[in-house]
Amino acid sequence: MKEQEQPVLTLKHFNKFFGPGCPYCREKPENRRNGYCPKCHTVYACQDISLSLYRGEIVGIVGESGSGKSTLMQALYFDNAATGGEYHLEAYQNGKENIFSSSRQQQKWVRNMLLGMVYQNPTMGLKMNFSARSNIAEKMIAAGNRNVHSMVARSDVLLDQVHIPPARRKDSPCNFSGGMQQRVQIAKALANEPPILLLDEVTTGLDLSVQADVLELIQEIQRERQNSVLVVSHDLSVIRMLADRTVVMLNGRIIEEGLTDQILEDPQHPYTQQLVYSLL
Amino acid sequence: MIREKHFAFLDENSKREIRRALLKAVAIPGYQVPFASRELPIARGWGTGGVQITLSLVGKGDTIKVIDQGSDESVNAVSLRSLIQETTGVSSTIHTAQATLIQTRHRIPERPLKEGQILVLQVPLPEPLRNVEPSEYKTKKLHGEADYSGVWLKMFEDIMRYGQVATDADHPVCVNGRYVMAPSPIPRFDNPKMNGSPALMLFGAGREKKIYAVPPYTKVVSLAFDDYLFQRERFAGKKCRLTGLTNVYLDELTDEKTGEVYYQTNDSSYLLEYLNREKEGETE
Repeated sequence: MKEQEQPVLTLKHFNKFFGPGCPYCREKPENRRNGYCPKCHTVYACQDISLSLYRGEIVGIVGESGSGKSTLMQALYFDNAATGGEYHLEAYQNGKENIFSSSRQQQKWVRNMLLGMVYQNPTMGLKMNFSARSNIAEKMIAAGNRNVHSMVARSDVLLDQVHIPPARRKDSPCNFSGGMQQRVQIAKALANEPPILLLDEVTTGLDLSVQADVLELIQEIQRERQNSVLVVSHDLSVIRMLADRTVVMLNGRIIEEGLTDQILEDPQHPYTQQLVYSLL
Repeated sequence: MIREKHFAFLDENSKREIRRALLKAVAIPGYQVPFASRELPIARGWGTGGVQITLSLVGKGDTIKVIDQGSDESVNAVSLRSLIQETTGVSSTIHTAQATLIQTRHRIPERPLKEGQILVLQVPLPEPLRNVEPSEYKTKKLHGEADYSGVWLKMFEDIMRYGQVATDADHPVCVNGRYVMAPSPIPRFDNPKMNGSPALMLFGAGREKKIYAVPPYTKVVSLAFDDYLFQRERFAGKKCRLTGLTNVYLDELTDEKTGEVYYQTNDSSYLLEYLNREKEGETE
């Protein structure tokens, strides 16, 4: 019998709370009102989320704003500390170590070497006053590269791939258009050839033709490198175009998951039904 | 009522607190130790960190030397020296070799330091990560995690923009393979003097309330990329007008009458010693 394939990313019972929590809300989840405790004002941003991602797969995460999508992504990228749960990556200690309880240095290593993040807001992912090349070099410097020529060569290859013209590579992203900023972020995320990409609302705020460009670029890169990708979006057309599997989140919980076509054509949960049928 | 002044201006408890910070600083080379930073009859940012270290270390047997950008005779150097002497009565010298305690601003003397000597540097900005991360809370964490990519990124950006690393003074160094440290605004010319120095080097930032140290014989490496090596200021084809020296840090000066540009050794006591030795040679 063939051994079952191991996922590249496994998340088990992930929780993220903002606030102290009290016996009223901690012991009885049914007392939480939409992920919020009316007594101690603790916000339960992510509750008991389990997720797995396989090699070369794109998983979409949809949900309304406030459903905990971005909090989940930030915890996976160690921008926020998790309150609880287990996080395993196949490429780190063969998936045996819970990275949430690893040292901060180890987490930074994972973040630099195994993950690439593209934020909704480029100001979070880029240093706006540094040149585009330096922004890409930042990841390589963090990974220990101390050779200027090799870093310049590598960032030029990446900037070529995301179609930033050579004349603009010394400019700072603050002088770039929104679409260009997003493309620089994608190049930065790819700097150390990470096996996993995290894309948080990458096309939100871009106009339609630029959206199409960015999405096409992501597909192209993913096909070429066989990255595993986690895509967060509230835009169902983005999910339909990119994702193989989809997870639907509401009030910090996963309420439905399955193949993207299945979810979009035959939604089971009332919220998903509402979401799918409210498409204009 | 008789009110005697404290020896070395500061009260004993303050001096003890500073010495305790110094011990910790020596124990963890390059690590910035916070200290209380007392009020002095000098404004903060005018050398109060260095002065407090000197005042808390000076004993009756010490010989002090105070320099300001290489000069023993500038207003700052003279004023600080007279503050220390008036409150302690110790003797002073301009000769680097004779001093036991040297307080300096922005230079390390040209004459190599010896074992047993202490060099105290005045520091305006002790945090090498400050221009990449404004929050002290975050820079402390970055030091803890030895995450210095911000410093490297700044240097990389300089190379992208100007074709070279653009720090002229205060070029960051890595001390003992662990902490990245701002060496105070000494020229890059002086950076290599810190590496393996037999003398103890202490850094005091009075306004920022930080003390740090490079103990004797500690490895101090100026940060540089593999293919963009660290370089001292170069004075190719230039020499000191008075001595003809070429292996020293030179000041560029302009003759106000003729508009002629000339160069002169920056370390005034080294210059004087050299000239006196030449004169002795002539009379003998």
